[in-house]
Amino acid sequence: MQAGAGKGDRMKKMKKLLLTLLFVPAIAFGSDTELHLDHAPDKSGDQAALQNGAKLFVNYCLSCHSASYMRYSRLQDIGLSEAQIKDNLLFTADKVGEPMRIAMQRDDAKAWFGTAPPDLTIIARARASEFGSGPDWLYTYLRSFYRDESRPTGWNNTIFENVGMPHVLWELQGIQAKDANGKLVLATPGKLTPEQYDEAVADLVAFLTYMGEPVSEYRKHLGVMVIVFLAVLLVFAYALKRAYWKDIH
Amino acid sequence: MGNVNSPEKYKSDGSAAGGLLEWVDARFPLVSLWKEHLSEYYAPKNFNFWYFFGSLALFVLVIQIVTGIFLVMHFKPDAALNASGVPTAFASVEYIMRDVPWGWLIRYMHSTGASAFFIVVYLHMFRGLLYGSYRRPRELIWIFGLLIFLCLMGEAFFGYLLPWGQMSFWGAQVIVNLFSAIPFVGPDLSLWLRGDYVVGDATLNRFFSFHVIAMPLVLLGLVAAHIIALHEVGSNNPDGVEIKKYKDEKGIPLDGIPFHPYYTVKDIVGVVVFLIVFAAIVFFKPEGGGYFLEYNNFIPADPLKTPPHIAPVWYFTPFYSILRAVTSDFIPFLWLFLGGVGLLSVRPSKLPILVKLGYLGFVGAMFVLLGVPSVVAGWFGIKLSAFIFVGLEAKFWGVVSMGASVLVIGALPWLDQSPVKSIRYRGVLYKSALAIFVVCFFILGYLGVQPPNPARTVVSQVCTILYFSFFLLLPWYSRIDKCKPEPERVTG
Repeated sequence: MQAGAGKGDRMKKMKKLLLTLLFVPAIAFGSDTELHLDHAPDKSGDQAALQNGAKLFVNYCLSCHSASYMRYSRLQDIGLSEAQIKDNLLFTADKVGEPMRIAMQRDDAKAWFGTAPPDLTIIARARASEFGSGPDWLYTYLRSFYRDESRPTGWNNTIFENVGMPHVLWELQGIQAKDANGKLVLATPGKLTPEQYDEAVADLVAFLTYMGEPVSEYRKHLGVMVIVFLAVLLVFAYALKRAYWKDIH
Repeated sequence: MGNVNSPEKYKSDGSAAGGLLEWVDARFPLVSLWKEHLSEYYAPKNFNFWYFFGSLALFVLVIQIVTGIFLVMHFKPDAALNASGVPTAFASVEYIMRDVPWGWLIRYMHSTGASAFFIVVYLHMFRGLLYGSYRRPRELIWIFGLLIFLCLMGEAFFGYLLPWGQMSFWGAQVIVNLFSAIPFVGPDLSLWLRGDYVVGDATLNRFFSFHVIAMPLVLLGLVAAHIIALHEVGSNNPDGVEIKKYKDEKGIPLDGIPFHPYYTVKDIVGVVVFLIVFAAIVFFKPEGGGYFLEYNNFIPADPLKTPPHIAPVWYFTPFYSILRAVTSDFIPFLWLFLGGVGLLSVRPSKLPILVKLGYLGFVGAMFVLLGVPSVVAGWFGIKLSAFIFVGLEAKFWGVVSMGASVLVIGALPWLDQSPVKSIRYRGVLYKSALAIFVVCFFILGYLGVQPPNPARTVVSQVCTILYFSFFLLLPWYSRIDKCKPEPERVTG
C-alpha cells in the first residue's frame, strides 16, 4: 500500500518535473510585473518649456524638496539672465552661485511626511527602470494622484502606492478620484484644463530632466564632433597601416 | 688616454662625445629594451580581429588610470551627511559632474571604461579559448592573465562602492556578507573587510584605498609579468602553430614580423575603432541602458532602505548566477556530477597521471567537504555530525562554486589534451562544447541581473553544470575529438 502510494507520488513528481522543464524557458525569460507608463513629451531643446518648468519647480517643489547639486546660476543654461534668476526664482538663497537648498529640517520632514522628501536634482535619472525612462515615470506619477481619505495626507497615487507626498499640484489639476474599475476620473476641475495640466507637467518634467544632467545637450553636440574627428583619424590610421603592410604577404 | 672604466666604452664608434641616446644607453638598456619588446619582437604575421583586444586592454587600463587620477582630485570618500542630508561621497560625484570643468567627461570615461575593460578582457580571454593560447609553453601567461582578471574584479568591486549610491552600498553589503559563509573565519573575515558591522564610512575609506592604491599596483605588476612572459615565449596565432620552428639564417622566424612598426600601426587602427565605439557610449549613452550606470545608483546610499532587487553590475552576473544556482536541492546534483567526473578519471585511459591525480584529489576533497562521508557513515548507523563541514549551508557551496568557476579557468592548460591548439583544426566536439559554453555564459549573465524565481533557478543550475562540464570534461572530449592536421606554417 505504502509502496504504491510512493510510486504514485513519484509519478506525480516526475510529471511535475517534466512539466516544469517544458515551461522553464518561457517563465525564465518572461518579465515578472508590468508597470504601464505614459510617454513624456521630449521638450529638451525648448527653452520656454524649460523656463516654465523651472518656475513650477521653484514655486511648487522647492519648499519641501531640495535640488542641492544644482546652482541657481546654472539656470543661465536655459536662457535666463542672472537678473531674471535673482528677481523671480531666488527664494531659498541669497546669491545666484548658491545651490537650491531648502529651509525645512530633515527631521521635521520625517515627522510630518513619514519620510524626508528626496533631493530632486537627479530624480529623473534615478527613476528610470525597465518599464520606461525617468521622465516617463515622473510624467505619469505627477498625473496619477487621486483622493484617498484612508491616507494621512488624503492623497494616494496609482503608480506609487501609499505615497507620502500630498498632491501639491491639485489646484492646477483639480481632484481625481478612482472609479469602480480602478480608473482615474476628474471629480473636481482645477485651474487648468486636463490638456493644459498635461502640458504644465511635461514642462516641469522637462526641467527635472534638464536638471538631472545639465550638460546632456552639450554632451551630445560635442559627441558628434568627436566621432567625426575619430572617423577622419580612422581614415589616416588605416592608410598608414596599409602603407606599412604592403610588403607583408 | 681613454678611460676604460667609463660607460662610454660601450659606444659603437669609439668617440668620447656621443649623443644623448648613447649616454643613456650606456647607463640603462634603453635600445635593447626597445628592440627586445618592440622593433625586434617578432610576432606572427597572421594576427586577426581577435588579436586587437590585448593592446586594447592596455589602452583601457591607461584611460582608467589617467581619468582616475583626476577623479581622485575631487572625490571625497566620506559617508557623513552634508548640510543637505546627502552623503558627502555621493554629493562629490555630482559636484564632479556639474562644477568641475570637464568633470562629467572624465567621470563618464571612467565609468564607461570600467565596463569597456571587462568587454575587452572577456573578448581577449575568448581569443585564448579559440586558438589555444593557454597551451604549452604559454601556461604562465594564462595564469598571470587569470590573476589580472581576478584583480580586475576586485578593482571593479572596490570602485563600485565609491559613488555611495544605493546599488554601491547594497551590492557591497551582499558581496562582503558572502565571506561570512566561510567556516570558522568567515564572520570575522567579513567584519575585517568592512571595518564595521555594516558597510559604512570605514568601508568606504578602505575600499577607496584599495581602489586607488593597492589594486592598481598589483594590477600593473601583473600586467608587466603577463607581457614579459609573452615576449619570452612569443605570441600564439590563429593557426596555433609555433612560428619559431622555421627561422631564417639570422634566426628570425620566417612567419614573424617586427611588432614595431607593423603591429603598432595596426593596433592604432584598433584603438581608433575602439574609441569610436567608446565615444558613442560616453557621449550618447553614458548610462549604457542602466547596465553601465545602474539607475538605482542615482539614489544616495540608505542603510535603512533595502532595494527590492539587488543586482551586481553586468560583468559580475555570470558568476553571481552560479552563486545563486547552488541551492540545497542542487547539492545532490553537484555530488552526482563530481562523482561522474571522478569515475571517468579512474577509468583506464592515456590521461597524464598528473591530471588523474589532480582529479581524484579534487573530487575526493569535494566529497569530504560536501559531507558524503557522514551520509555513508549514517547508513551504518555511525553519527559523524561532529565532522566539521557537515551541514554547511548551501550559501557556502554557492561561494565555493563561484570561486571555482573563475579559478577553473586557470586549469585549462592542463585540462586540454587536444593534439592541436587552434579551433581551425579542432573537431566538432570542441567546437560544440565551446558554443554551448558561450551560450551558457550569456544565459548566466542574463539571469544574474534578473530577480530569481524557481524557473530561472533551474535554468541557472543547468547552465552551471554545463559551464563546469566545459572545463572538467575537456581532458576526454578534447582527446577523442577528430582534429584536422595542423599546417607546418601559418596560413595567413
